Amino acid sequence: MPKLDLVGAINLALAQEMERDERIVLLGEDIGLNGGVFRVTDGLQKRFGCERVVDSPLSESGIIGTSIGLAMAGMRPVPEIQFEGFLGPAYDQLVNQAARCRSRTRGAFTCPMTVRVPIGGGIHAPELHSDSPEAVYAHTPGLKVVMPSRPYDAKGLLLSALRDPDPVIFFEPKRVYRSLKEEVPEEEYTIPIGKAQVVSEGTDLTLIAWGAMVSECLEAIDRLPEEVSIELIDLRTIYPMDVETIVNSVLKTGRAVVVHEAPRTSGFGAEVSSLIQEDCFLSLEAPVQRVTGFDTPMPYYKLEKAYLPDADRIVAGVRDCLAY
Amino acid sequence: MPRKTVYRAEVEYFQILDEEGRLDTELAADTLSDGDVKALYEQMIVCREFDEQAFKLQRSGRMGTFPQNKGQEAMALGAARALRKGVDHIVPYYRENPAMFLHGLPMHYVLLHWMGDERGNAIPRNVEMNALCLAIGTQTLHAAGIAWAYKLRKEDRVVLCFFGDGSTSTGDFHEAMNFAATLKLPVIFCCINNGWAISVPCAKQTASETFAQKALAYGMPTVQVDGNDIFAMYKATREAWDRARAGGGPSFIEALTYRLGDHTTADDARRYRPAAELEAAVLRDPLPRTRKYLESRGLWDESQETKAQEKAKVLVHEVVQAALNIPKPSTDDIFDFVFEQIPESLAQQKKTMRTDSIGEDPTQIGLKPPTEPGMTEKPKAVSH
Repeated sequence: MPKLDLVGAINLALAQEMERDERIVLLGEDIGLNGGVFRVTDGLQKRFGCERVVDSPLSESGIIGTSIGLAMAGMRPVPEIQFEGFLGPAYDQLVNQAARCRSRTRGAFTCPMTVRVPIGGGIHAPELHSDSPEAVYAHTPGLKVVMPSRPYDAKGLLLSALRDPDPVIFFEPKRVYRSLKEEVPEEEYTIPIGKAQVVSEGTDLTLIAWGAMVSECLEAIDRLPEEVSIELIDLRTIYPMDVETIVNSVLKTGRAVVVHEAPRTSGFGAEVSSLIQEDCFLSLEAPVQRVTGFDTPMPYYKLEKAYLPDADRIVAGVRDCLAY
Repeated sequence: MPRKTVYRAEVEYFQILDEEGRLDTELAADTLSDGDVKALYEQMIVCREFDEQAFKLQRSGRMGTFPQNKGQEAMALGAARALRKGVDHIVPYYRENPAMFLHGLPMHYVLLHWMGDERGNAIPRNVEMNALCLAIGTQTLHAAGIAWAYKLRKEDRVVLCFFGDGSTSTGDFHEAMNFAATLKLPVIFCCINNGWAISVPCAKQTASETFAQKALAYGMPTVQVDGNDIFAMYKATREAWDRARAGGGPSFIEALTYRLGDHTTADDARRYRPAAELEAAVLRDPLPRTRKYLESRGLWDESQETKAQEKAKVLVHEVVQAALNIPKPSTDDIFDFVFEQIPESLAQQKKTMRTDSIGEDPTQIGLKPPTEPGMTEKPKAVSH
């Protein structure tokens, strides 16, 4: 079985699904000949041609808006927005058009598309290349929001997204792109959207994270004393959230810490925390903790390490929660 | 080294049927037959009556805000007539009811939309058009995308996209023009220059002499025509349609027309629009012009006019009744079309019509009953 990084796993999933489904069209800035700025679509234009892997104009609203048209007319567009910081110009088309397409036409038109977007910090990128806006889109009815933390999941989740009848934003944590290799089967498999994964089982406290923060949580677990039993949940899908997995875990452990890169206020951790409070109130031994980015603009990269939650901050959050 | 000119361009304007109903027969060759014009004029009468009745529905409190189409009938009908019904695709904004009706949209759908009912957007399968679009300019990109799908699948189909003069100030408009031109998509951009974007006149919307010239920057063929002239609208659109089908990519048409009504029923154009301008525009109303032409050809007279008006009244009355008599949608509809498959949390909101969770227990949201003894004391579900 080949060992692939996140880039390789996504590339493989795209290629296999393009082979299977002729309706799939990739479009975005520099994704063709250049293979994308992170090389995620490397070789795909050569293999599938310029009509199916399209170097689009530098035009984010245009990329999403034309994808909506393609989807309405029966294609399966896979637009790439080069960095999450460039989602701004496409916001209106995504939120006011794509997300509402099925609902406002009572099903007469649908918008099946997978918007691929690199997300998050930690790679010393310039301004507006390191943010984590997943909560914005999770707050948009009509969009599904997915964020894998590892190559194996990326392939299975992307296949599910590409086959989903509704718009999916597929956030790819940049920090994970090249940092982790694992065995990714050639053969087809899917991971359902809306299902979290229990990465490690435990009985004392539930850690909930997604994207690049999952690795940080694993490192935090390693640093904690062995007798502390942590259950780590990788959310994998932000919306629709797998409430069941979270609630069952917290009913067991009685303590929860949510970790994300995005700012704390109105971050998705607030939603996770609120649901735990609603569904596990009588089982809770401590308030739900949040270990997150600060409520500031993402700093330039000299200070990004200070901004991003790391294993130390997660350990501190876990200790406080356990000691409560 | 001498400076040199690297680009020079002109924009053509034409009119075929003038304000007095006189036809330029040379330009009119191979356009609309007598039968076509008669049928389109009858359709104009129906649409004017629809507009009037829709206005009354709003004023009598039976419908929400409505944008009158009055004055723009020839523009919409001439353009739409150049396309094949059920084959080519129309992407409207929201003042092209005549085009949508001509291509088969059941008329009460438009009323349902403005009555606050999404079912008015549920375009039937065999009707080739998008639903009304309220976010100005956004639809131009959808039109380009649909045309792109046709091109990729090598389907012989063309998209006609309507938008107003105000739309040309949006980013989406320019992105759509650029996508369509660079990808050579079979789409016709029909810019309805009706003089006003709510209260902002064209002079404040753009510093360009014409809207048509904007297409030149994208390398797109363009023309300006009299939009109240059914022949000119047909001809310009037909030429663009031919070009698109031949692989020549997109075209731009600036249709000079006038919004004879207010922006919507929530607007009062007297606050910003000179009375004299409206009076002059009334003289260019496409209905009397088309009628004069038909009369001059001996194809129309007073009794036919009366008959057509009466027929339109009966038809529109039926349409209004159809819209009024449709039962209110179920609240399930709020939830059932967000996704193809309803997520569990949404299914819960649909079932209970509540978002508060006190009273829920884990079994209520599909979870296993708690195993810890303390948990059994959790409040039981209240019935909804």
